[in-house]
Amino acid sequence: MARVILRRLPLLALLLAGISLAAFLLTQQLPGDPAFIAAGGGEATPEMIAHARARLGLDRPMSVQYAYYMRGVLQGDFGRSMVNAKPVIEDIRKFWPASVELALAAIAISAVVGVPLGVASAVRARRWLDRLITPGSVFLGSMPIFWLGLMAVLVFYRMLDMLPAGGRLTVGFAPPPAVTGLYVVDALLARDLAVLRDALRHLVLPASILSVVSLAMITRVTRSAMLDILHEDYLRTARAKGLAEPVVVLKHALRNASVPIVTVIGIQLGQLIGGVVITETIFSWPGLGLYAVTAVDNQDYPAIIAFTLITTVVYVVINLVVDLLYPVLNPQVRS
Amino acid sequence: MAVAPGLFTGQDPNAIAFLERLKAPSLAHPLGTDENGRDLWARLVFGTRPTLLAGVSVIALSLVVGSAAGLAVGYAGRHVDELLMRVIEFFLAFPQVIWALAIATVMGRGLVVCVLALALTWWAQYARLMRAQVLVVKEREFVLASRALGQRAWRILLRHLLPNCVSTVLVKATIDVSLAILLLAALSFLGVGAQPPSPEWGAMVTIGRKYLLDYPWYATFPGLAIFLMVLAFNILGERVRDVLDPTSKTWRA
Repeated sequence: MARVILRRLPLLALLLAGISLAAFLLTQQLPGDPAFIAAGGGEATPEMIAHARARLGLDRPMSVQYAYYMRGVLQGDFGRSMVNAKPVIEDIRKFWPASVELALAAIAISAVVGVPLGVASAVRARRWLDRLITPGSVFLGSMPIFWLGLMAVLVFYRMLDMLPAGGRLTVGFAPPPAVTGLYVVDALLARDLAVLRDALRHLVLPASILSVVSLAMITRVTRSAMLDILHEDYLRTARAKGLAEPVVVLKHALRNASVPIVTVIGIQLGQLIGGVVITETIFSWPGLGLYAVTAVDNQDYPAIIAFTLITTVVYVVINLVVDLLYPVLNPQVRS
Repeated sequence: MAVAPGLFTGQDPNAIAFLERLKAPSLAHPLGTDENGRDLWARLVFGTRPTLLAGVSVIALSLVVGSAAGLAVGYAGRHVDELLMRVIEFFLAFPQVIWALAIATVMGRGLVVCVLALALTWWAQYARLMRAQVLVVKEREFVLASRALGQRAWRILLRHLLPNCVSTVLVKATIDVSLAILLLAALSFLGVGAQPPSPEWGAMVTIGRKYLLDYPWYATFPGLAIFLMVLAFNILGERVRDVLDPTSKTWRA
């Protein structure tokens, strides 16, 4: 295991260097001359601009500028927001727990619903449930989630008035004492049932909408993994021993089908990132995605680049962990 | 509808009539009107072309670039292969929507930039698929035979390898068009794709969102249109796969 990680580390370092270089090149494309702005804008004389250029290091070669940029990034310095002049990293620290809460809730919903659905349709292959699964997942997979989210707001908020339309808590509720930053967990830790109830009511709609895409994939993969295994000899043996059918299916079959299932759940967690941005926009969920879209609207470039760089690193790391888990779960590929 | 939108509606999609603002669906305006009194059905019909064209362009671009790269990489042999695979993996490592969002924000919004930004990472998927195909096919007898006959490399590539690798790639392309349409619509919804007054469907949902609670039909119909188009491409993709690739019956086993 340790050897596998060690072998992957140089590649990972190279990949991260490449990604940061791409982000740096993106900063070079920004409209406007930073030296001109730093020198005071319209009133600046050519000497003042040249002075500002030297002070900011913009007269150095690109490679040196990249080195400076990287030194800052590694120390957590992504520059200051062009809108509120605060360091970007402060805002990102403030907003990321909300996104993590949303993404984890969504992946939990799709796993808790998708895996049993996949198992059930494999066990009852070609029956009515199974016949609904494939067209159903194509159907769900074709929905633009931004539209599905809006329709959900229409139905559950406007027509039924059951759930709130957005935000993390009703106005007037104080967030629970921050331990993890996830309101649901923090409210549990603080044993504050009123806040817990309110946080869950706000979470359920966005998390369900976000779970739709991964739900379809997880169900399909679970179904086909179970189908591959249900006819194996050791299952016939288990049945012949007189074990009850649920024991055979859950203990013997599902455990052996778990490799592709865990893999797809991991991959889907990475794939959620794009959906998080959209879902947060629809439900005014105050996480990184909403922060990024607001930054896009305000042309707040340092914030956008920092967001892009950080989410890419998260995405790469999630995919790496999934790759590394693979041999742990499946002894056959360990050699 | 994409070819001749005029046949499907008698209304001008950009005709502004402030007296007719945000009307509910009626006989004159089957899907109602938008905030400038423009007929929503007419705008939907005229929006078919940009929506469809953009989605197809992303995949066409990625398909051509990726297949060419994949062919070359797969055929070139070990050292080039090793190096270029790292490059391909590099491009596969990017989360597509996030980078398209960033690129379009920095380089300027618009549908064309979004198409290019998505293709910038998407081609790598085709390169990887094509390379895998080439690696299998290039060991088959007829390729070895034509090499033994002394045919030139580019001729072998174009006449023998390409036709035998193309069907798998085409199946992926048909299904990918639906995904491209979804992603482009999402980018438009986030405000970096098609800009108003273009009747692109994703952008229409964005504006409709502002009127969601009082005029629900506005956001409903463009979204429904996206859904139906994506669904159509998904079904088409499954059909194409059944026709071109008899081995992949796994989903229906």
